[in-house]
Amino acid sequence: MKRKILAALLASTMVLSLAGCGGSAETPAAPAGDNGAAAEEAPAAEEAPAAEEAPAAEEAAGGDETLTVWCWDPAFNLNAMYEAEKVYQKDHPNFKLNVVETPWEDIQTKVTTAATSGDLSTLPDIFLMQDNAFQKNVISFPDVCMDLTGSGIDFSQFAAGKTAYSVIDGKNYGVPFDNGAVVACYRTDYLEQAGLTIDDFTDITFDQYLENGKKVLEATGKPLISMQAGECDLIMMMMQSAGSSLFNEDGTANIVGNETLKVVMETYKTLKDSGVLIEVNSWDEYISSMVSGNVAGTINGCWIMASIQTAEDQSGKWALTNMPSLVGAANATNYSNNGGSSWAVTTKCANPTLACDFLASTFAGSTELYDNILPSGALATWAPAGDSNAYGTPNDFFGGDAVSAKIVDFSTKVPTNITGVYYYEGRDAVATAITNYINGSDIDTEMQTAADTVNFLMGQ
Amino acid sequence: MSKQKKMTLSRKHNLTGWVFLAPGAFLILMMSFVPMVQALLLSFKTGVGAAMRSCGITNYVRMFQDAVFVQSIKNTFFYLIIQVPIMLIFALVLASILNNRNLRFKGLFRTMIFLPCATSLVAYAVIFRSLFANNGIINLLLVNLGILDQPYSFLTHMWSARIVIIIALLWRWTGYNMVFYLSGLQNIEYSVYEAAKIDGASAMQTFFKITVPLLKPTILLTAIMSTNGTLQLFDESVNLTDGGPANASITMSHYIYNISFKYVPNFGYAAAMSFLILVLVAILAFLQMKVGDKRD
Repeated sequence: MKRKILAALLASTMVLSLAGCGGSAETPAAPAGDNGAAAEEAPAAEEAPAAEEAPAAEEAAGGDETLTVWCWDPAFNLNAMYEAEKVYQKDHPNFKLNVVETPWEDIQTKVTTAATSGDLSTLPDIFLMQDNAFQKNVISFPDVCMDLTGSGIDFSQFAAGKTAYSVIDGKNYGVPFDNGAVVACYRTDYLEQAGLTIDDFTDITFDQYLENGKKVLEATGKPLISMQAGECDLIMMMMQSAGSSLFNEDGTANIVGNETLKVVMETYKTLKDSGVLIEVNSWDEYISSMVSGNVAGTINGCWIMASIQTAEDQSGKWALTNMPSLVGAANATNYSNNGGSSWAVTTKCANPTLACDFLASTFAGSTELYDNILPSGALATWAPAGDSNAYGTPNDFFGGDAVSAKIVDFSTKVPTNITGVYYYEGRDAVATAITNYINGSDIDTEMQTAADTVNFLMGQ
Repeated sequence: MSKQKKMTLSRKHNLTGWVFLAPGAFLILMMSFVPMVQALLLSFKTGVGAAMRSCGITNYVRMFQDAVFVQSIKNTFFYLIIQVPIMLIFALVLASILNNRNLRFKGLFRTMIFLPCATSLVAYAVIFRSLFANNGIINLLLVNLGILDQPYSFLTHMWSARIVIIIALLWRWTGYNMVFYLSGLQNIEYSVYEAAKIDGASAMQTFFKITVPLLKPTILLTAIMSTNGTLQLFDESVNLTDGGPANASITMSHYIYNISFKYVPNFGYAAAMSFLILVLVAILAFLQMKVGDKRD
């Protein structure tokens, strides 16, 4: 008898867990131990998506003002969304956001999966997309992102170079969020030991940067900059600082015969060989090299400030200026862009009017929001925000400098470039080329190989 | 009359068997075999994202012209050829040491060697990455012991990156295979070893003349499983080295992932490459069966 009870218990647990797989809790307990159990499975599985969609439809009908958002950085863009929620709640007391922290790689995977399976119900209402991936995603999956042109969002108030990332065929698909203007940050205490000041690093060329770097290395034993090996962030920043891209307007690869790329690769190798630049293995190591004081500076998108400022003991020891310019490249400037992201609204969104109005009155319409999120390093690409007084506030971490105003100024001078649909393919191919070149390969051969790799991946 | 009754009884037995089989079989069919067939169909299509068109066997021709994919095949086979034999020999030696009845704290040792298997693939890969970082403990030890003057950047050099992956794999999987050998050893009469001892066989002789031949079926099993696992290697390549430097440690699965999710997605091509892995696994398993299963 005891055994029978045990068997019944086991069987019912199994049936329940099977029902759980189907995603529907109301499945009537299938008669255990006959074919019915298997037959019952199929309808349960079919029911699942329907059951999930139902509450979404109710939300729209019942006037429930909840939006789901995916973004990835708690200190940065999640924080910005929470602040935006507060701003919008003033006029819309019922409004609620459900912000889910999702790493960018996961967002990309989920979007790809949802779009290829044709079932968009798993997607949120709004998600944050890397600017570099915008073209690729909108062109590969035309059904995912909503066309925001004429949705009440005034795109003319954003920096033109920034909006361009999310414009495809003249249609706006994204609301620009953060600024990726490149800044160069230096440890002034290390520079001092080498007899240098921040002025010796302002408006300079990479030749001067190398000379200064050698002095710093000699005096302190610290390299001037660390970079993640195999990721070509610095390469891309250098490229854009001279207005050059890996792709042409028509989408073809611009690698072989790209003089700027060649100059960039040579500059990078010189820096690496001299010891002024060290390569580290991972992003964590890159961050820790700065916060633990093992390097005397860095060059990156201005969002890197959020990470640098986590080293509170180094407050006042940092200074910020523009990046060095390339020597021997046409149109070389001291300004560039790295990273940055934009908000996209999915076509799955049950209440598009609400989503658009929310974005229009926060990220595209609230100076208050941008003032609130400024301390985290989220600099506006929305022009009216730049006029706010908050941008003139001195930052004690960076020696009392009004860094925000400086960065806004930098961002207006950034040359535009072409991301292209095959941005990541190009980037990885160039990263491979540069690694081989550093290890002694011939530069022209490597550039040719990189071009071949990209062309191969572009051919279907 | 009685004959008919017997028929129903055996039918009843059969039916019971089928009832027990049906749910599992149905789930495997729906969740494993149906997607496999769909993937096979997909591998004959090409296109960006959701817009696919038929292309015949183009994908299968294309993959052998793909320099990065060819590189990833080479890398994967390098791991396979170096790592699998070392790991299996290591596991076998450990298993026969731990099978000794006179050894104390056997349970403790067994647990300790098996424990790496309980760690998550991502977690251990990340830990190995920090162990071999420029300021990681390995470099710290080597520099402080005076073996190196400067920290050596293990993960940015081609060969050391591959070797780190192999070391990581050894750490993670040796204990797992050892458990199979231990259970295999339980089936070998201990008196066989005692008899050998009385006959004056050395430890070496016992190992090669008794343990290895009697464990042959288990060795075959672990060899096939390890080959299968190594050909599908993904986590280590992604998390430990990120395929670098310059694709020197990228595995086939990692490249397939890049094609599907990192780059402009081309699922047809990715599916075709996945099928190549399937074919390779099948061929290697078949060869191992042929070589290993000579019953004498």
